[in-house]
Amino acid sequence: MRVNFTVNGRPQEADDVWEGESLLYVLRERLGLPGSKNACEQGECGSCTVRLDGVPVCACLVAAGQVEGRDVVTVEGLAQFARQRAAGGCATGACGTPLDEARRWQAEGTGPGTGEDAGLSPVQQAFIDAGAVQCGFCTPGLLVASDELLERNPNPSDADIREALSGNLCRCTGYEKIMDAVRLAAARRSEEV
Amino acid sequence: MDFLRPASWEEALAAKAEHPTAVPIAGGTDVMVEINFDHRRPEYLLDLNRIVDLYEWETGAESVRLGASVPYTKIMENLRAELPGLALASHTVASPQIRNRGGVGGNLGTASPAGDAHPALLAAGAEVEVESAARGTRLIPVDEFYTGVKRNALRPDELIRAVHVKKADGPQQFSKVGTRNAMVIAVCAFGLALHPATRTVRTGIGSAAPTPVRAGAAEDFLNAALEEGGFWDTGKIITPSVAKRFADLCSAACNPIDDVRGTANYRRHAVGVMARRTLTWTWESYRGARPAPEGAA
Ligand SMILES: Cc1cc2nc3c(=O)[nH]c(=O)nc-3n(C[C@H](O)[C@H](O)[C@H](O)COP(=O)(O)OP(=O)(O)OC[C@H]3O[C@@H](n4cnc5c(N)ncnc54)[C@H](O)[C@@H]3O)c2cc1C
Ligand code: FES
Ligand code: FES
Repeated sequence: MRVNFTVNGRPQEADDVWEGESLLYVLRERLGLPGSKNACEQGECGSCTVRLDGVPVCACLVAAGQVEGRDVVTVEGLAQFARQRAAGGCATGACGTPLDEARRWQAEGTGPGTGEDAGLSPVQQAFIDAGAVQCGFCTPGLLVASDELLERNPNPSDADIREALSGNLCRCTGYEKIMDAVRLAAARRSEEV
Repeated sequence: MDFLRPASWEEALAAKAEHPTAVPIAGGTDVMVEINFDHRRPEYLLDLNRIVDLYEWETGAESVRLGASVPYTKIMENLRAELPGLALASHTVASPQIRNRGGVGGNLGTASPAGDAHPALLAAGAEVEVESAARGTRLIPVDEFYTGVKRNALRPDELIRAVHVKKADGPQQFSKVGTRNAMVIAVCAFGLALHPATRTVRTGIGSAAPTPVRAGAAEDFLNAALEEGGFWDTGKIITPSVAKRFADLCSAACNPIDDVRGTANYRRHAVGVMARRTLTWTWESYRGARPAPEGAA
């Protein structure tokens, strides 16, 4: 079957989709967006977390046909998504991240911690600065979940952070640096305001 | 495989009548796991995501009519006052990502003895509203909905439209044993609701029998003991021997198995402990919420 939906602000079409396929498979294998990770395919690890009509979900548990006509944000579009949110919406009408750019997406600049010009969202920058990325497999899911938490709750308590990230497993960091990263992103934001 | 995408409830019922083997998919948090692991290859998937009625709830005088697909997150956020037991149970389901998709209709569809909504529904009192194109609507008391391990009273051409859950008229509690706080399938679970309006206590036990069950004998004993002792009027502390007997009868209502999550003996024991605790917690709030007797400071 064919599935039409919006990915990172741009309309996309996936062809020859098998009816039992997951959104995660469509993103990775049909649209060439491997940012959302596949670790368990059973909702346990959260590494496939994306926003579906704004709501964080496990892409591995959404049937492809269920996203017809709906709006998905993946980690590849997160930086642009955060910029647009900060700007209060899409002024030019040409927002979002096109597929080819999303496929090639990487931080600009060289090396970690290059700062403002890297084109990262505040949460991405905070993860780098706090040392919250080791092997990086859990990172895309954690970024999407953390970004949504801070959008909803700019000043989360530690309990709020733990709760919001309780569906995301990390085998490397022991979570403390991830907590630091979210606290850092929140603190930077409150300084700006 | 075919993917059916009805745009309305009527279309969904028609599709289910035409294809009784079609597997409905709501949040997909049970169905997709089975498909991803090739445990299930349905001929038809019947997507319920476009049916807005299933995502709505109405609060009536007596009960809340909860649409089958209302996600757990919405129950936690919006129905804590009306359905405290179910809201507490919802909060213990999996993780935010899962709670954003999964709901009570899917929990009932799967009818796992470990489903967290069941003890809360049993304790609060609920009816499952199911419908078919051929025979219209019927209301199934939740006690009669679970018919065996992962079996329910749905006929092949029926879909779950909503659950009518009695609004709380007193304190409710939900308790669950597992290895940690998030992402845990219950080793066993217990729901308890005080109903001061009818001077009754209702219970629900999860994961300790082939189906979710009420502890009927324990309820009968406690209801009689509270009535005879005048507890509802005086609000005095429940006698430890009464609480102990109630807990023992709850344990006796279990018919558990040994499995990787726990032994049958452990489950029986834990249900007794949860029964005593949830009774104490709810009774304390009942005592606290009662109007002070006249003349008291
Ligand atoms: C990682 C993970 C952790 C989990 N943890 C828990 C937990 O802690 N506690 C718990 O209780 N559950 C847990 N679950 C199971 C699952 O999330 C719940 O059972 C949930 O309530 C299912 O709802 P759903 O909408 O996603 O159902 P779906 O997967 O869409 O459907 C489940 C079943 O119900 C049927 N169905 C759905 N809607 C209808 C309808 N309207 N009419 C007729 N049939 C219908 C489907 O055909 C299917 O058989 C977990 C699942 C995962 C993946
Ligand atoms: S791959 Fe989806 S939760 Fe693990
Ligand atoms: S950094 Fe390796 S799993 Fe989290």
